[in-house]
Amino acid sequence: MRRLAPSAEEKAARAGLWALTLITVAVLCFIILFILRRGLPVLSFEFLTANPVDMGKAGGIFSTVVGTVALTVLAVLIAAPLGVGTAIYLTEYTWGGPVTRIIRFGAECLAGIPSIIFGLFGFILFVTKLKFGWSILSGGLTLAFMLLPTIIRTSEEAIKSVPPEYRKVSFSLGSTKWQTVTRVVLPSALPGIVTGIVLSIGRSIGETAATIFTAGSALRLPTSLFSSSRTMAVHFYILAREGISMPNAYGTAAILIIAILGINLLTYFLMNRFIRKYS
Amino acid sequence: MSDIAIEIRGFSQYFGQVRKINGLDLDVRRHEILGIIGPARSGKSTFLCALNRLNDLVRGSRHEGAIVVEGRDIYAPDVDVVELRRRLGMVFATPVPLPRSIYENVAFGARRAGVRRRDELDAIVRDSLEKGGLWEEVLDRLESSGQKLSGGQQQRLCLARILAVKPEFILLDEPTSGLDPISTMKIEESLRRLKKDYTIILVTNNTKQAARVADRTAFFLNGGLVEVGPTAKIFTAPDDRRTDDYLRGRFG
Amino acid sequence: MAGPKKAGAGNRLERNDRLIRLALLVVAFSAVSVLLVITVFIVGQGTPIMFRYGFKSFLAGSDWYPSEKLFGLWPMIVGSLFVTAGALAIGVPFGLSCAIVLTEFASKRVRGLIKPVIELLAGIPSVVYGFMGVVILVPFIRRTFGGPGLSVLAASIILGVMILPTVISISVDALQAVPPSYREGSIALGATRWQTVKMVLFPAARSGIIASIILGMGRAVGETMATIMIAGNAAEIPRSLLAPVRTLTSNVALEMGYATGEHREALFATGVVLFVIIMVLNTIANATSAKRRKAP
Repeated sequence: MRRLAPSAEEKAARAGLWALTLITVAVLCFIILFILRRGLPVLSFEFLTANPVDMGKAGGIFSTVVGTVALTVLAVLIAAPLGVGTAIYLTEYTWGGPVTRIIRFGAECLAGIPSIIFGLFGFILFVTKLKFGWSILSGGLTLAFMLLPTIIRTSEEAIKSVPPEYRKVSFSLGSTKWQTVTRVVLPSALPGIVTGIVLSIGRSIGETAATIFTAGSALRLPTSLFSSSRTMAVHFYILAREGISMPNAYGTAAILIIAILGINLLTYFLMNRFIRKYS
Repeated sequence: MSDIAIEIRGFSQYFGQVRKINGLDLDVRRHEILGIIGPARSGKSTFLCALNRLNDLVRGSRHEGAIVVEGRDIYAPDVDVVELRRRLGMVFATPVPLPRSIYENVAFGARRAGVRRRDELDAIVRDSLEKGGLWEEVLDRLESSGQKLSGGQQQRLCLARILAVKPEFILLDEPTSGLDPISTMKIEESLRRLKKDYTIILVTNNTKQAARVADRTAFFLNGGLVEVGPTAKIFTAPDDRRTDDYLRGRFG
Repeated sequence: MAGPKKAGAGNRLERNDRLIRLALLVVAFSAVSVLLVITVFIVGQGTPIMFRYGFKSFLAGSDWYPSEKLFGLWPMIVGSLFVTAGALAIGVPFGLSCAIVLTEFASKRVRGLIKPVIELLAGIPSVVYGFMGVVILVPFIRRTFGGPGLSVLAASIILGVMILPTVISISVDALQAVPPSYREGSIALGATRWQTVKMVLFPAARSGIIASIILGMGRAVGETMATIMIAGNAAEIPRSLLAPVRTLTSNVALEMGYATGEHREALFATGVVLFVIIMVLNTIANATSAKRRKAP
């Protein structure tokens, strides 16, 4: 084969790379538009506020919205303090060493574990061993464990990007370590930390494999932490897979997509503010 | 009581294997401005950060010898470091206002020390800004961000901020290195005024500044003290050849 | 001068700080503890049955008939392998192209448009990807190539898209970490942009790019809901790209709802196999990126 001239090779490479990139972007836009085009007509105030009737064949998705929100709130309430605390320890209270390496390794491994493993684990520990049953509590705890590594990593990055001079100033004015952390470091890192938390909210809204085996799939409106509840993602999965109602499946998918779009916009906005502040 | 406020005896500072200060002996007198001059990396800033133990924050920091402030060794095990840092206020080379309002920047140290009452804080903020020579310029915008001030104003804010903690000593680390001549002049004026209430140590890379404001001047080289004496003597008839060479611009 | 009283107050603060440090250390071990607890539970539930029936019949057995106590995972192991290889074949070229375009060729404005799009890709729930496979890709494959449509090919394509964000974000980091002087030096020597990418950037960022591929592999191996929806789930070794396939993850998720007794234990054993694969991949990725961090 004849070797291409550098300029021709350059042109071919550029064209190829751009083509693949644009296809990727096009695929994404297609997915979003496809779902929205078929889902938006189904959406109405009614759809959001009425409970499902007849396994979801008719009615709305209200109880699944409530279930999703409850699970997410519980998961974030548990994971955020643990994750931010871990990040504070790693960045402010230690200079590295074997303990830090173990903690980091643990967080990185946890980040790679598939959600179905979390589901299995949550099922055996919370649902059966601790006898919480299929419930918001079991699902929330399982999700919290899943979110932990994301929150640790994003908080750590946010805290690291706070200028070290702020800490020096704070100490030189007679602050203790904890005062420096709570009054100077955390307020400055807050937008970055919140971005991480919002991202993890997005993850828990879309999660299916971990929640279906821990929170169950009851369609009743949940009344307590021990109620079983179906999330929107699980509801969508069941509607689509069992062919119960395609219009309602599209409607639920559209809500999921809109929620994810909103969350991405929010993180984008927060992150931009954060970056502008420190560069 | 003698007029010596700080005694430094055989003090060396290490970071890991690197020795930044080497067997330093120096006295600081009460209510003087002690100027410290010397080429870059001669240990001037490290010396200041040894006085308020900010060096403790650096990984692998270690020292030998003693620093005695008003009769107490500051590296003794029962010393309260937080309290020590309040007594020795520090202004850094680049002004670093915290991302808060002007008011909150000045009130920061006082709040950490436990001052809660608003009228008390108001008085402290006003008094400190007046002493730092900034009150007139900011009195109508105390709630705007400290980071929106000009460089010179920011540095005076930093000066006011440490005065609010009611220190006995003011440590300045090349406080005017990034500033224009007018801002520099304003800071120097404030220092002359503050001398009667505080003991001031001024590290500067600008020998003329030391000549203008310091009562005594010390010349540092390679982490050690070459000589210290009345500013006039150091600048006109130094004992050591190296001091003379430095001041004439032969190195550094 | 500070009197003894003041010093005492300060020491109390210092003692508080020590308590806080201890509390934070305990919190910081949460992630490690969770990992340990998960390991203990999955392994504890899944290994006894493997010992009872023998590792060989579990890992190499090709028949999965839980009702007849036949628990051979080999078809699922092969299935996961096929689908993952397919996902990499599609995800890696697209992902690396995006990463190169983002770091080297796109103007700042175009980058500002493409980057959020790719971040959005990461946020879309896996059930939505699976659904897209069911309504668009599977009928298309059935019509064009024949067969049931639910197939290795369909799963590979959808998983290929799903691993893109992982591959892209980590290789972008790796490419950006190459010192600008490498780029400038190469361009100054008369190399074109593409030659610079090929000869200088890729070798320099190699370990990071490898890590991105391994982590993408981890995502593909671990993905569950999308795979269930489009892979067809037949528990037999696929004979072609168009044949249905069942992965380890699907095996667990499909039968977990009703399994009891030994059957449930066998599903946990499937989880153990999956867990071991993931931990091996994690450790390799961790080691390659650690090497990258150490390199000057």
